[in-house]
Amino acid sequence: MAAMPDSDAIDDADRRDFLGKATMAVGAAGVAAACWPFINSMNPSVDTLEKATAEVDLSGIAPGQSQTVSWGGKPVFVFHRTPAQIAAMKISGGGKDLQADVDRVRQPQWLVVIGVCTHMGCIPLRAERGWLCPCHGSVYDDSGRILHGPAPRNLAVPPYRFVSDDKIIVGKA
Amino acid sequence: MASRVLDWIDRRFPLTRFIRHELTEYPTPRNLSYWWNFGFLAGFVLVLQIVTGVFLAMFYKPDVNLAFDSVQHIMRDVNYGWLLRYIHSTGASAFFVVIYVHMTRTLYYASYHKPRELMWWTGQVLLLLIMATAFMGYLLPWGQMSYWGAQVITNLFGVTPFIGDQVVLWLRGDFSVGDATLTRFFALHYLFPFLILAMVGIHLIALHTVKSSNPSGISLADKDNIPFHPYFTLKDLFGLGVYLIVFCAFVFFMPGVFIETANNIPANPLVTPAHIEPEWYFRPFYAILRAIPDVLGGVLAMALSVMIFAVLPFADRSNIPGGARHRPVYRAMFFIFIADVLVLGYVGSQAPTGFMMLLGQVATFIYFATFFLLPFISKWEERWLRARGLPPELIALFPPRPPRVKFPRPEIAP
Repeated sequence: MAAMPDSDAIDDADRRDFLGKATMAVGAAGVAAACWPFINSMNPSVDTLEKATAEVDLSGIAPGQSQTVSWGGKPVFVFHRTPAQIAAMKISGGGKDLQADVDRVRQPQWLVVIGVCTHMGCIPLRAERGWLCPCHGSVYDDSGRILHGPAPRNLAVPPYRFVSDDKIIVGKA
Repeated sequence: MASRVLDWIDRRFPLTRFIRHELTEYPTPRNLSYWWNFGFLAGFVLVLQIVTGVFLAMFYKPDVNLAFDSVQHIMRDVNYGWLLRYIHSTGASAFFVVIYVHMTRTLYYASYHKPRELMWWTGQVLLLLIMATAFMGYLLPWGQMSYWGAQVITNLFGVTPFIGDQVVLWLRGDFSVGDATLTRFFALHYLFPFLILAMVGIHLIALHTVKSSNPSGISLADKDNIPFHPYFTLKDLFGLGVYLIVFCAFVFFMPGVFIETANNIPANPLVTPAHIEPEWYFRPFYAILRAIPDVLGGVLAMALSVMIFAVLPFADRSNIPGGARHRPVYRAMFFIFIADVLVLGYVGSQAPTGFMMLLGQVATFIYFATFFLLPFISKWEERWLRARGLPPELIALFPPRPPRVKFPRPEIAP
């Protein structure tokens, strides 16, 4: 590049202004980037993420029985449904959050849902049929769908898959 | 809109006046060199230590059974935990580098002279607080060096007359350094930085009252002062950039330099590491401790070696400003003293036997002799320099004394 005349280098206000703004932009970007490690350190650590999956052995759960397992600190209901319950759920679409039962299960005899009421986060109790939330009286059916009460949505279905006929991994689809 | 908001605030809080008075109109000598950057850098390091420290405290567990593992958890599992810890551990050393340079500059230019005595003494308190904070923080990883360092240093308080044993027991809260010690060190290590912050506030209020000294040693005329912002904010930021390059080189490429190998072994109260040495920033004082062959004498000498800086505004009796810049003898003493401290630092890292012991004792003698001789040498040097003729910029400060007028004795008539 050709050398600039001295007068330009000193008096060019636009050039000075541009350099000043560019320096400030680079500095601001640097400060922002330096904040990231601090912010990210508050995200779950590697060992916490390790706990993001839970293995569930299904062989001990008798038909009609529900077992609660912990997945990342949250309760997951693993419910072994009887043929009568399956049949009853098949013909119903649920309550205010309509969803077909087949869309909520991988195998019809096994219902796997997150046991956290979609209203205020309480853990619903197993009732004779479905679940009843003790906090504000939301009622869920045997597919975990909201029938009535203040809860807006059905119990969520976590990602899970069958590794064998009697074993599932919750947390990995 | 912005001006109306500012106006609203200004009627309730002197924001604009503050910014003007302390930044955009704060008069700063235009001839400040880069040696004057280190106060700002010390402030930056303090803030960075507090921020990384707060984030580390979110994961650290001050319990003898969990502390060591929680540090490993930070290093391996926490996102960027290794970075937080390496910034913090390197930052501790960086803090002392910056503080020592800051003090060295003050010594060289004798900036502790009137009217900046309180700057020097608040700085002395800051040094003590930083040393205490660094020492307590060093225990927290609960490695072998942490444990035995704390064991040795708390033992020093055993020389307190009559109640030495009780003092040590009280400091530790246990019969040796234990869980109670670790937990209280953590609590105080979290508290002290905020005391330091408050002290820095006092340091700065004093600074803005007496204003910065400058390399010429002479108080400048108004026309030779320029506003702090933007001139020195920019100069400080440029210095910060250079500092960060060096700092990051250590954080990212040599973080282990400041972590003793033995500290990667969990604390074991039954085995002392073969070679125990304090962190580099304590070594000159540690060498003085070991140079005195008496326990009480050694501890007193070490305490004195840190505190003795406070006497400088009195001990240096020369009226010639600018310190080493205008005073060749003071300059020679300054360089001898700095070399002596470096020698002491080296001795403090070696086993105290034979020649090292002797070297440590000679260096300790020179260390204290410097302070002891300064009142005499500085006064003599002033007389010598004035007799030899002062440089032109100083002559105005020393107007020649008017010749003594002799009045004739009135004759009283008998």
